[in-house]
Order: sequence, then structure tokens, then C-alpha cells
Amino acid sequence: MSGIAGHGAAVHIENCGKTFPDGTQALAPASLDIVSGETLVLLGPSGCGKTTMLRIIAGLEKPDAGGRVLFDKTDMTAVPIEQRHVGMVFQSYALFPNMTVAENIGYGLKIRGVDKAARAARVAEMVALTNIGGLENRRIDQLSGGQRQRVALARAVAVRPRVLLLDEPLTALDASLRDRLRSELNSLLRSLGITAIYVTHDQAEAMELGDRIVVMRKGAIAQIGTPREIYFAPQNRFVAEFVGAANIVEGPVSDGRLTLPGGWLALDDAVDNAAAVAMIRPETIGVVAEADAFLRGTVESVAFIGDRERLVVTGAANKPLTVDAPNTINVRAGERVGLSVTPQAVRVLPKED
Amino acid sequence: MSHRNFIWICLLPLVVVTAAFFLLPMAQLLAVGAGGSRGMSAYLAIITEPRYRATLINTVVLAAATTIATLVIATIAGLFLQRHRFPGRAVLIAMLTFPLAFPGVVVGFLIILLAGRQGLIGAITAAVTGEKVVFAYSIFGLFLGYLYFSIPRVILTVMAAVQKLDIGLEEAARSLGASPWAVQRDVVLPALGPAFVASGAIAFATAMGAFGTAFTLATNIDVLPMLIYTEFTLAANFAISAALSIGLGVIAWAILALARSMSGGAVAAAG
Amino acid sequence: MRDRLIFAGQLGFTLLVAAFLVVPVVLSISAGVTVNYFRGIQSGVTLQWVVQVWNLYAGEIGLSFLIAFATLAVTLVVGVPAAYGLHVKGGRLSRVIEEIITLPLAIPGLAIALALLLTYGGFGGFRQSWLFILTGHVVFTMPFMVRSVMAVFASVDIKTLDEGAASLGASPWTRFCNVIVPNAMPGILAGSLMVVTLSLGEFNLTWMLHTPLTKTLPVGLADSYASMRLEVASAYTLIFFIMIVPLLVAMQMFAEKGEKK
Repeated sequence: MSGIAGHGAAVHIENCGKTFPDGTQALAPASLDIVSGETLVLLGPSGCGKTTMLRIIAGLEKPDAGGRVLFDKTDMTAVPIEQRHVGMVFQSYALFPNMTVAENIGYGLKIRGVDKAARAARVAEMVALTNIGGLENRRIDQLSGGQRQRVALARAVAVRPRVLLLDEPLTALDASLRDRLRSELNSLLRSLGITAIYVTHDQAEAMELGDRIVVMRKGAIAQIGTPREIYFAPQNRFVAEFVGAANIVEGPVSDGRLTLPGGWLALDDAVDNAAAVAMIRPETIGVVAEADAFLRGTVESVAFIGDRERLVVTGAANKPLTVDAPNTINVRAGERVGLSVTPQAVRVLPKED
Repeated sequence: MSHRNFIWICLLPLVVVTAAFFLLPMAQLLAVGAGGSRGMSAYLAIITEPRYRATLINTVVLAAATTIATLVIATIAGLFLQRHRFPGRAVLIAMLTFPLAFPGVVVGFLIILLAGRQGLIGAITAAVTGEKVVFAYSIFGLFLGYLYFSIPRVILTVMAAVQKLDIGLEEAARSLGASPWAVQRDVVLPALGPAFVASGAIAFATAMGAFGTAFTLATNIDVLPMLIYTEFTLAANFAISAALSIGLGVIAWAILALARSMSGGAVAAAG
Repeated sequence: MRDRLIFAGQLGFTLLVAAFLVVPVVLSISAGVTVNYFRGIQSGVTLQWVVQVWNLYAGEIGLSFLIAFATLAVTLVVGVPAAYGLHVKGGRLSRVIEEIITLPLAIPGLAIALALLLTYGGFGGFRQSWLFILTGHVVFTMPFMVRSVMAVFASVDIKTLDEGAASLGASPWTRFCNVIVPNAMPGILAGSLMVVTLSLGEFNLTWMLHTPLTKTLPVGLADSYASMRLEVASAYTLIFFIMIVPLLVAMQMFAEKGEKK
């Protein structure tokens, strides 16, 4: 694998915050380590600071005083983007309309003074890699959205960047194309072994692409972890609700049991005897006969959504519970049911004000 | 009344006014141009007659020089104003754009105040070097006058185009290693191309037909509009002046039509 | 450091360009209120030149306003319905008409004036009256009104509004008054400002079309530049600025408001 990607740098971000001239703080000082070759996803709703973080790493924004960005232990904070040797894919793609596809892909090499023959070879390699053969001499306005996305990726990777930065690269595409390109992008990033930082607001994208995910909220990091950790062990209510669907229940705890209006839940985590808030994923709740369960409720609605049956159950917890059951289940609205939940599926969340 | 008829009633006054006061006179102009002693060949006189040809070349060179100088000046200033925020910026923009609709006569007078016999530049040079520099009545004065009324319009067009430019294009070029100069050369200037073509064509066509400035500067500089004017009023040479105006009109229109087909936008001269 | 230098260089250049545009205007204004421009401002400040201009040229100034508002009236009555008609009708014929009425923007005023003179110069009464100048101004300003209104139509989907009103039973005339005109207001206002400003400052056509009895403000200006002392010419220019600059400022504000939308 000598060099389709070059080598990926390890990125170290230290105390990087960003306050804009008008006084708004887009990003509270944060630190982050990205291992060489890793794909790290910055995930969060709009305005959470994820794009600001990416732009600081890119060198398009300067962090507030005290913040530092290091690539492989070299301080890059004062280095402008054009000398950082990064590759960047923009949400709008930002393809140069005055150049052909091939000229776009080869532009970074041309700037670096790579001679014509070597450039053509590298462009051909990129064209093959991103599957856009035959489009080399097209103008940008003759391309479809998906083709533009591939050209933008090819252009960013062509220079063998130390870090590949992707700013919502799939957001501008329609849903079915997005799904297909997501898995293509995934296998491409794996095969390149490049250090990649990927910004998105789409949790499905984050799950599939990220080795690790940084969930961000209101300019601060809410949680860092592998997709599994983020999904099954969210550290706070925001992460629980932002990533996947979540039922939030609360009630008093005594002797390892969380008491709810419709019964109780056994807890795995050691919790003091006090009020607690917990999260349960809809697909971890089993529907059983009323007599077989410690938690009971009434089915309010049943919706068939293809791969599963989505139930809303009232009376069990303070708020209606969402339950994803197999699509073979046979229940009707108004029926009384029992709910079985393993202690491992109940995640107690820290108290928040 | 049907909707169809209503639309025709809406259009009718415009059609009548345009036919009576524009199309008919233009047809008459064409006929007069061909009706002189030279006949149809009057239309070729603008090229075949050495004196007219020299004037045409003068006019074209002057208009082209004005256009190029205006584009350079307006691009530097327009890019700067759109890309930086600083105190006093709004005032500066207002200063650069308020002469937008000054008539040519007024511009001519302003150039006289700047570089005429009692002008500022004359006074300064007389004080500094002892020699009074006066160039308002030369071709350079005319050039300065044309520059004066072209700059505001072109700056506005350039600024609007820069505002529409995707800032991501510049960031993308930088992320690929391009220096600030390379970004301007490879990305920004090419992206502004259509705006250059459109506003350049307007500046060119306007300069070709500008009459008031040359009239006020009242020199013996031969530009086409002055030639037409003197042929008509002093020599009473209706056929030639008609043929020359048609020639001037066709050139101006052709430049704008060409620019429009190249840039795809709406292009029109004014002033 | 390098960025600072580039910034300072660009700022200096831009200031120089602004000075080129503004300094002559300042010179003109100061000359208009100076007792003796040759001796400079220390000779004293006076309004005598402005008063003299007013005494000499009040008629020209008045006629210019008369023509400007008459031009506005004609372009409104003819141009606004036409803009609607052209927009709704669409198709090749509309494009041809639009193209023809836009031609006066490309053809120099001098040529249009010659054409009008050669066609209607023989009709003594018409030739002698200010209506002759009005025709020139209408031909020259009409495209600004029509295009300004059509630009609004293109952005507000007037066709659907029109059809909506029709589905509620409104006749074409009612629809035009209640739906079309109110929605076209921004374009009508912008077009009106443009028409009045251009008409007040129009010289190229007017110089050819005027007679000794039908002189407009800019014709008077040219007159004063040629035959009056510099102070009088400047005072006249000052009066012109006072009239035209508010219109230009209003036009700029309009344009900015339009951009923000």
C-alpha cells in the first residue's frame, strides 16, 4: 500500500476554542487526539461547533489564544492551510467551474510543481479509485451531484494529504444516493488507511464511517467513543436522544430496582437509593404476556414499518414508551402487554440540571 | 373581456409608442443614411473614408483603454471592499458609487476642475515644479472622464459578483496548496469572468457613444459622437451623420449582444 | 505581516480611486460658493452665484422637472401594464418586443435623437414644444421601467397569484389593480426612481432635441460651462447635485434592500 494515500498524520488538538469578533463562542476550549489512520467523526446538530473544529484543524480558522494544533507532534497552529498538506472535501464540493474534471483533480499536484506525466498518472489513478472513468474532460456543470462528490473526493485525496477533512460531504445528495455513496466512502477510507476527520449531523453516517465518534453540543464535546459506546452507553441524555431512538424513564430507586407506574425495572448499574433517570433503546424491549413481566402497559398504537413493528405503550412509564418489536408480532391497539427488559439494557444517566 | 384580450390591451400602448417614436425614426434614419449623394456607400464611409476611419479607430482605442483600465481598477477595489470589513467601509462604498448617474456634461466639467486651466492638478504642479500641467482638453482628459463614469457601475457589478462567489472555492484551492496569488489567478479571476465580460461590454458601449463629456471638454479630439454632431449641425450633412450613427449604434449593440451571448446574463448600456 | 501590507496597499489604492471621484465634486461645490475661485476660498464664501444661477436658469430647472415627471407618468401608464403583458404572454413575440424596447440602451442617444429629428423635425408645433424632448426621454427610459417591473414578476411567481385571483372570480382589470400592481410595487418604485434620475440628467438626446425655448437643466449646464465664469458653472453644478444625489442615494438603498432579500 505504498502510497495511494501517503501516510496519515496523528493529530493532536490542545485547548482549541473559538470566539468570534462579535463575542459569540462557537467552540469552548477542547482537546482531542486522533490516531494515525483513524476515521474520526464529529457529530452534532447545526451550530454545535463541529464545523468550527474542522476548520481549526484545516487552518481556515485560528483558534483562540492558548489553542494548539499538532500534526505528528509538529506545531501547525501558525501554519496557513496552504502549507498544512491537508485534503478537504467541502459540503458544496467547491469544484472549480473553470476547470475540467481532470484539471480539478490535478490542481493540487500542479500547484506542487509535479510534472505533467506524473500528474496525468496520478489523476488516472484517482479516476479509477473513485469510479468516474470517462468524465475526465467534462466541465463541472455537466456532472450529477454524485459525480461531483466523487470528483471532490478524488481532488482531495490526489495530493496524498496528511489528514483528510470532510465537511458534510454527503449532505447535498438525495437519500438513496447518500446511502450508496456512504458505503463506498467507507470502504475507500478503510483501503486508504488515511487519517480522516469527518463532520456530519447524520448519526447513521457517523455510525457507519467512524472508528470513533465525537458527539458535540453547543460548542462543547458531549462524549467521545466508539459507535457502540456512544449507542449503548451514552454518558448523558443529549447523546442518548441524539444518537438513535431512546426512551427516557425516571422514578425512585430502591434495592437495585427502578419503580415505574406500570411496575419496576431491574438495574445492572449500582445506584444509590434515590430518584434516577435511565435510557432504554426501543429494540431492547421485549413484548411478552402480561403475566410474565414485572412491567406492564397498554398498547396505544401499532405501526408496521417494514422491517419491524413500532408500538407505543402507555401506562408503563411516566411517558409513553416506544417499542420496536419483530414484524411477526401479533398485537392490537388497546391490548394489555408485559414488557421484558434485561438489566443490561437499562442505562442509568447522570443527573442533569 | 377575455384574459387574452386584456393582455393585448396591456401591450398595445407600448407597441404603439415604440413603433412611432423608435422603430419608425430608426427606419427613417436608415433611409436618410442611404439617401445622400453617396447612396448606400455612405454606410461604408465609416471604414473607407480615411478621416472617418481614423476617428473610428480613435474612438475604439479610447473605449477599449477605458474598459481595460476600469476593469483593473474596479476589480482591485471591488474585491477589497467585498472581502474586508472595517470602519468607514460603507462610506467608502458610497463615495465610489454615487457618481453612478452623473451626466456626461457634468463629468466633463469635473475633469476641467481637476485638470483644466484653473484645475487642481495645474495649481499643484505649478506650486511644486513651477510648470502648470493641464491635460483636461487632451485625449487623456477624455480618457479620465470616461473612467470617471465607468468606475462606479463596474465596481457595483464586480462587488455583486464577488458576493455571489462561493468562498469554498478559495478555501478549496488553499487546501490544495495554492498561495494567495495562485488562488486569485486560478480561481477568483476566472470565476469573475462573466461579470468582467458583462460590465466590460457596458463600459465599452457607453464609452463608444459618450457625447456629453467630449462636448464639455470642447476640444478638437475626434471621437465618433463628436464627428456625428459636427457633421449634422455644422456641415448639415444629414446622410453621412445618419450613416455614421447607424454604424455607431450597430457597433455598440453588437458588443453588448456578443457579451450577452458569452456571459448569459442581461447586459445593457446606459447613461 | 504580509497580510497587513496587502491590506494597506489595497486600502490605499481604493482610497485613491475614491479621491479621484470625490475630489472634483468637492472642488465644484467649493467653487460654487467661493467669491473668487482664482484667488481661492480666502476671498470669502458667498451664495451670490447660486442666486444668480437661480435667476438665470430657474426656467430650465422647472422644465426639467416637468419633463421628468411627465416621462415618469408615461412610462408608468405604458410600461407597467406592458411588463405584465410581456411576462404573462411569454413566448417568442414577447422576447422580440422586449429586445426591441431594450435597444435604446445599446444605441447611443445621439443616434436616437437624430432619428427623431429626421422623422418629426418637420412638424413645427411638435418640434418647438417640450413634448418633443419628452418622446426622446420616454424612448430612452422605458426599458428601465419595463425591466425593473419584469424582474419583480420573475421573482414573485405573479402567474400563480394571478390565477389564484382569477379562481376567486376576479376580472382581469380587478386582478391587475388588486393583485398585480401591489405585488409589483418594489419594481415600480425602483423603476420610477431610475426614470426620474435618468430624465433629470439626460443630455445626449436632449442637446439635439432642444430649442432655445425648451432648454432643460443639463442643457443649461452645458450652456453655463461654455459661456459663464467658473463660479457660476460650479454653482449650477451644485444645484444639480442637490437635486440628483438624494435620488441616487434612494436608488442605492433600494438596490441593497433588494439584494438582502
